[in-house]
Amino acid sequence: MPTIDLETETGREEALRRMLTIRQFDTTAGERFADGEIPGFVHLYIGEEAVGVGACAALEDDDYITSTHRGHGHCIAKGLDPKPMMAELYGKREGYCNGKGGSMHIADVDAGMLGANGIVGAGPPLGTGAALTIDRKDEDRVALSFLGDGAVAQGQVHSAANLAATWDLPVIFLVENNGYGEGTPAEMQHNVENLSATAGAYNVPGITVDGMDITAVNEAVTEARERARAGDGPTFIEAETYRFHGHFEGDEELYREDDEVERWQARDPIETFAQRLIDRDELTDEEYEALQSEVETTIEEALEYAQSAEEPAPEEAYDDMFAAEVPEITEFARRVRADGSGHGGER
Amino acid sequence: MASAGLEAEQTETMTVREAIRETLREELARDEDVFLMGEDIATMGGVLDVTGDLHEQFGKDRVRDTPIGESGFMGAATGAAATGSRPVVEIMFSDFVGVAMEQIMNQMAKMRYMFGGKTEMPVTVRTTEGGGMGAASQHSGTVHSWIAHFPGLLAVAPGTPAAAKGLLKSAIRSDDPVFFFENKMIYEQSGEVPTDEDFTIPLGEASVEREGADVTVVATQRLVGESLSVADDLEGDTDVEVIDLRSLYPLDTDTIAESLAKTGRLVVADESPLSYGVHAEVMARAVEDAFYSLDAPIQRVGVPDTHIPFSPSLEREVVPDSAQVREAIERIA
Repeated sequence: MPTIDLETETGREEALRRMLTIRQFDTTAGERFADGEIPGFVHLYIGEEAVGVGACAALEDDDYITSTHRGHGHCIAKGLDPKPMMAELYGKREGYCNGKGGSMHIADVDAGMLGANGIVGAGPPLGTGAALTIDRKDEDRVALSFLGDGAVAQGQVHSAANLAATWDLPVIFLVENNGYGEGTPAEMQHNVENLSATAGAYNVPGITVDGMDITAVNEAVTEARERARAGDGPTFIEAETYRFHGHFEGDEELYREDDEVERWQARDPIETFAQRLIDRDELTDEEYEALQSEVETTIEEALEYAQSAEEPAPEEAYDDMFAAEVPEITEFARRVRADGSGHGGER
Repeated sequence: MASAGLEAEQTETMTVREAIRETLREELARDEDVFLMGEDIATMGGVLDVTGDLHEQFGKDRVRDTPIGESGFMGAATGAAATGSRPVVEIMFSDFVGVAMEQIMNQMAKMRYMFGGKTEMPVTVRTTEGGGMGAASQHSGTVHSWIAHFPGLLAVAPGTPAAAKGLLKSAIRSDDPVFFFENKMIYEQSGEVPTDEDFTIPLGEASVEREGADVTVVATQRLVGESLSVADDLEGDTDVEVIDLRSLYPLDTDTIAESLAKTGRLVVADESPLSYGVHAEVMARAVEDAFYSLDAPIQRVGVPDTHIPFSPSLEREVVPDSAQVREAIERIA
């Protein structure tokens, strides 16, 4: 059974809820970042919600995903809890990574989420590896690697895709083509119009779908998943989408015009999907508003949880390096902290 | 003091190559989650014949020939390790580690830490290092200093057949990423190897291969054997203690410090570029932990910050051997 069955009314409502949750999570994260509460960088998924939710809805709970810089949406789509997610953005101990990962590295291996990733193109080799485990253990699961359009220029993506295709591994490569690799237009980074053309080099199916349409994404991934499970190997899917915000929060977006952003915003994947449900009398305006306020509450609670969560103790910086005891870490940490303050005091 | 770990009752004479191959065979047989992958390791048996006939015994699922794409298969090993497999990857020549470095340094080494300890990374990377075959700069490098320097990776380098077996077992059974560096010039070196299928050497434990009172030589890989032969030559003149460092990270400071308490003199012999590497680290540990034992300046034997040239006369110039170890000992003895 897929995680969310878009063939059913309850499934469609849940998909809408997850898209709204992503939108609200990232809107809040953007605001809190602008206010200086969230350190580091944040890369928001706003505008791309139909891709993450459409794809993860087609997966089963024990399938794996790998993610990108823009991972919050993938996490929520995969069913991760916004509370420890937000706490991770705040660098708190209650975060998914105990405050060691932050926005770009949220992971929950038990939930099949093998990490957002700060290196463009690093996820597909990892997804291929998860598929290798699945294949070797003869498990009925698949791995799906999200990658951005920029990642299609990375050698390791092709090296992994070649391996996956040669070995018929159960992995799906889902390219989120949002038109820009950081600040450079996709057409200046690739010599093909559709990035799904990549599939041709590996003799696997490559398809391009409308990434603003959750149903189109969901159908493509459902088909790719069946293919993967049948032992027929990977599929390349390109979802044409758009990020409504800059590459990172604070990005001045000098590389694109406002009217382009507005044109895409008119195709908002959440509004489009909600309107479709309203038109089919599956959803009333009141129910939609109720859903929106439910999601606002969820994210408010996540924010309060994160804000009031505990900071990690400075000496926790030395935890989690290895499964084994490594004397160097203890010894060097002891020397750094010999005066009782470590490096972690006030600056 | 750490021992050579040869107290086991049963031993068999074998080469380093055979010790590695038999260890892989035993670990493949012991644990279904273990599998090997790399370029030409199955049908061809490895370019230096280390994996040999393993594919015939275990089949192509357990011993996998990969496409020539280190970044892809190293990444696949990393993803496989994070999801319950125990891959043993071969990088044909250590110079090619560079091709896979992104997956090694940013994924394999960092995932456990970045995820707050919520994954294990039981991957072993075997690779062959060193000059001496006229293989020129891109097939003769020694890169273990980079790996040992990088947080999140463990690194070992055997100097004897027994160390090869014990360390490789520990590497494969470890839940952390372990790099296992084989010097290609010692594959034919033979010695006594315990036959016990559970013979392991703890990661982070050096071995005193020869006791002595005058000078300590901390050596790695091929230079362990070279140093032992120098010690024999100098017998009656200078009493040389030879330590096989074995584990580059973690590094056994205690065994070095204990030896220096006896000898007061230290030579570090490792076939890697001299700057910023294993030599420097061993010297730093000696200074930090055994400064007052030192009676003479520490000497280092290694590659003088060059690449390995092709011409045999040039290669002999830069790749250290027993002559350089002997000169270093004589400078301080």
